Amino acid sequence: MLLVGCVALLLGWTAIGLAGLLRPRSVVLSGRVLFPLGALLGFALAVLAGASLLGGGIERLVLPLGLPGLPAHLRLDPLSSAFLVLLGAASGGISLFAGGYFRAGEGAAPGLLCLQYHLFLASMGLVLLADDAYSFLVAWEAMALSSYFLVTTQHRLAEIRRAGFLYLLMAHVGAICLLLAFGVLQGGSGLFTFAAMRAAHLSPGWAAAAFLLALLGFGAKAGLVPLHVWLPEAHPAAPSPVSALMSGVMLKTAVYGVLRVGLDLLGHPVWWWGLAPLALGLLTIVYGALFAAVQTDMKRLLAYSSVENIGIAFTGVGLTMVFAGSGMPVVAALALLATLYHCLNHSFMKSLLFLGTGAVLHATGERNLGRLGGLMHRMPWVAWLTLVGTLAIAGLPPLNGFVSEWLLLQSFLFTDGLPHALVNLLIPMGAALVALGAALAGYVMVKFYGIIFLGQPREASLVHAHDCGWLERIGLLWLALGCVLLGLFPLQVIGALGAVTAELVGAVVPQASPHWWLLAPVPGRPVSYGPVVFLTATLAVVLMTVLIVRLTYRQRVRRAPAWDCGFGALTARMQDTAEGFGQPIRHIFQPFFEIERELPAPADRAPRYRIAIAERIWKLLYEPLVRAVERLANTVARVQQGRISVYLLYSFATLLVLLAVAMAS
Amino acid sequence: MSAIEWITQVLEVALALAAAPVFLGWLNQCRAWLQNRRAPSLWLPYRNLRKLFHKEAVIAENASPLFRIAPYVVFGAMALAAGIIPSMGTQLPLVVSADAIALVGLFAAARMFMTLAAMDVGTAFGTLGARREMMVGFLAEPALLMVIFVASMLSSSTALPVITRNLASGHLGLSPGLAFSAVAFVLVLLAENARIPVDNPATHLELTMIHEAMVLEYSARHLALIEWAAQLKLFNYVCIGFALFLPWGVARAQIGPLGLLVAIPALAAKLAAAGAGLALIETVSAKMRVMRIPEFLASAFLFAVLGLLVHVLLGA
Repeated sequence: MLLVGCVALLLGWTAIGLAGLLRPRSVVLSGRVLFPLGALLGFALAVLAGASLLGGGIERLVLPLGLPGLPAHLRLDPLSSAFLVLLGAASGGISLFAGGYFRAGEGAAPGLLCLQYHLFLASMGLVLLADDAYSFLVAWEAMALSSYFLVTTQHRLAEIRRAGFLYLLMAHVGAICLLLAFGVLQGGSGLFTFAAMRAAHLSPGWAAAAFLLALLGFGAKAGLVPLHVWLPEAHPAAPSPVSALMSGVMLKTAVYGVLRVGLDLLGHPVWWWGLAPLALGLLTIVYGALFAAVQTDMKRLLAYSSVENIGIAFTGVGLTMVFAGSGMPVVAALALLATLYHCLNHSFMKSLLFLGTGAVLHATGERNLGRLGGLMHRMPWVAWLTLVGTLAIAGLPPLNGFVSEWLLLQSFLFTDGLPHALVNLLIPMGAALVALGAALAGYVMVKFYGIIFLGQPREASLVHAHDCGWLERIGLLWLALGCVLLGLFPLQVIGALGAVTAELVGAVVPQASPHWWLLAPVPGRPVSYGPVVFLTATLAVVLMTVLIVRLTYRQRVRRAPAWDCGFGALTARMQDTAEGFGQPIRHIFQPFFEIERELPAPADRAPRYRIAIAERIWKLLYEPLVRAVERLANTVARVQQGRISVYLLYSFATLLVLLAVAMAS
Repeated sequence: MSAIEWITQVLEVALALAAAPVFLGWLNQCRAWLQNRRAPSLWLPYRNLRKLFHKEAVIAENASPLFRIAPYVVFGAMALAAGIIPSMGTQLPLVVSADAIALVGLFAAARMFMTLAAMDVGTAFGTLGARREMMVGFLAEPALLMVIFVASMLSSSTALPVITRNLASGHLGLSPGLAFSAVAFVLVLLAENARIPVDNPATHLELTMIHEAMVLEYSARHLALIEWAAQLKLFNYVCIGFALFLPWGVARAQIGPLGLLVAIPALAAKLAAAGAGLALIETVSAKMRVMRIPEFLASAFLFAVLGLLVHVLLGA
């Protein structure tokens, strides 16, 4: 019943999208009616999927669509419900914001955007519901294509077309890997339903191959290093609500995919499979955080921060598989919980931040951090709500980012029980990298927030910046509220996610404390965290301080020009730019970056300082790869003569070979 | 969770608030003696606070509300942290809600508010200080977390009082993993509290200052709160050190009058020794150039990771 409801909601999204074509130029129809309606459907989807998650049951549905002999199988189980809740809840906020955001005269017509946007949502929903390889891949491709068109909304700019191409290319490289993975997974049975794949008995070698292919395929979509290169290009190119949707929701479908293949379709995982996502995840965390710290474009910065967060999720996936394969189901459940929780958190906080940059972009027309500043005074709504997202993503208690990091670090502490000595030794080092990544995320977020919203405006035009509209405010408010609530009530969220861990690793994280406010996930170990008490205590102490100071202090507060140690003539140019704030990271981790620097000479009349930071990975991996593909293509091209007689000769030769083969057999 | 436990909890925070300025005064006194200067009064930090609380506050014209909130948040975070660290007793009801990871998170939150406030007015010094503070923080924070991890693995818990109780009941002497961690911890302590090889609390030289650069725009009560919070932070760090490496003397059961009778003198003795030790370190070492600080902190981080490795290798 719930599954039918979910499918109906996905069809509803499609219908809303098509309705946008009725009056494609009308901002009022798309913005004020259709997008908010889409948001309502999103919330409804979250409620339905939430009910299914709490029920913990599995529903199946076969629709007479698709290939002959392979109708579309759909299935609603706890894992897909959890990700549908994420899709519905996060997209609801984003759609509300989008309703106020899209305007006439910016790239594609609003009606067309509305169609692509809602098809994107519906295809993501279908990815999560699909229960056979064919409908999964169709939905996967629909997701890639609809988002491609959304990314290239402003297709008149060459750089955006280039970003779109890179995105499409990586999406298809990933899709090929998935196609192969499903080919292996069916195990020679020729049946492409997921049920058949669960039942198939693969030899260990083939199973490992299937998992690695799936990891590559989903990793390309998620942005796992070294397959992340499309993210920092595509996210800045897309309109902000689309970036939010891609980063907040679409990347999570890849995490869903890895969990589905690795822990469900393949059955019981072998422990060392988990080392691949674990190692790649840890690499991705540090890599993403380092590159985020040196960015100067606010959306590129957030894109790299998404790379970092995907790294955290994949680290969790890896730990889950290592523990599950080593016969430690409860700890595996803890790591899985950390992964799911982080996905949920990231969908709220990253969407919030991307929408915040969207509001800034609309108000100022600037994406470059070096031309922003002081927007706290002009756009208080955006600034304060974005602050919530900033603190959350930096992993500060009592907001939500901290909960998932806490859970992940706790699961790292259990590695001493692993039966493999070397892994036992190396995995705690992973905790060091996670901690380093979390601290770097703090650095990145201070830079992001401080440079955009604090300080003095770096350009005179910023004085005219305006706050966002009411629909946008509601969208931001919802996402910020999500960050706070997910941080304050982890126990309730974990209780709801219990069905997923029971489904995938056969264990539920126990609750060792009788209190509703106290998270104590480890039986026998005195480990607990109570965010509500934490917040109350913090607020109590802070308010008490304010009160005492107010009561005892009689002097007034005077406003004066900034002092700055008494140096006169303070200008906004003297503040750190994004380049300046990232300088320590650039200096310390120099070998990681490819830096091209142009320094002014002492005699220059108009001194100019220019610095460009690129990823070494382009030179080390992608350029040789592209050259090799080109060489191969050129070799093949020799066969193409363009003369019909030569092609006839080919046909003739082929016939001869076939005849020879037929005679021989 | 009885009322008496909450009373001791509040008492511990109150004692930390009261003792933190004296501890700084003691440290300064020791340093002065070691440097053959006439020592300032032990109560000087109090007088400074009192003076600052009675002045008119001047705030930059373009400061946002964040600038005015930050000192309260930073001070509140440090006061709360004092309630999580078992400096005298291990029966702290608050600790159930906030373990050592949350404590590191609390320090991170304080740092984040401090740096954001430093960037708020938009002065050259403010952003410079914020940048350097984050540079120190992003290496010191994971190092601290790794130090706590070693102790947590020893005690199967991330709650500080449990760790303290466990370590105090063991035999005398450090396990090898903890020994490396102790070195890392001292380095982190110096860096996080703007002590000498990393920062010099006594100068306002733009080439070197970190903490002072961030608070330049603050005055009067806001400055007083920040100074007090900095003293509390130093006190808290030293107490974390005691909890992890010198857990003896802490009241392990309910703090009754008898427990306090042991715990307070023990804490005072440890603080006196720690203050003298810190003063010695600050006297014999010279201030580093700012760009050498990452090396200093990277060695702290590596020591901490080494401690973890040694712990896992030896299983002790």
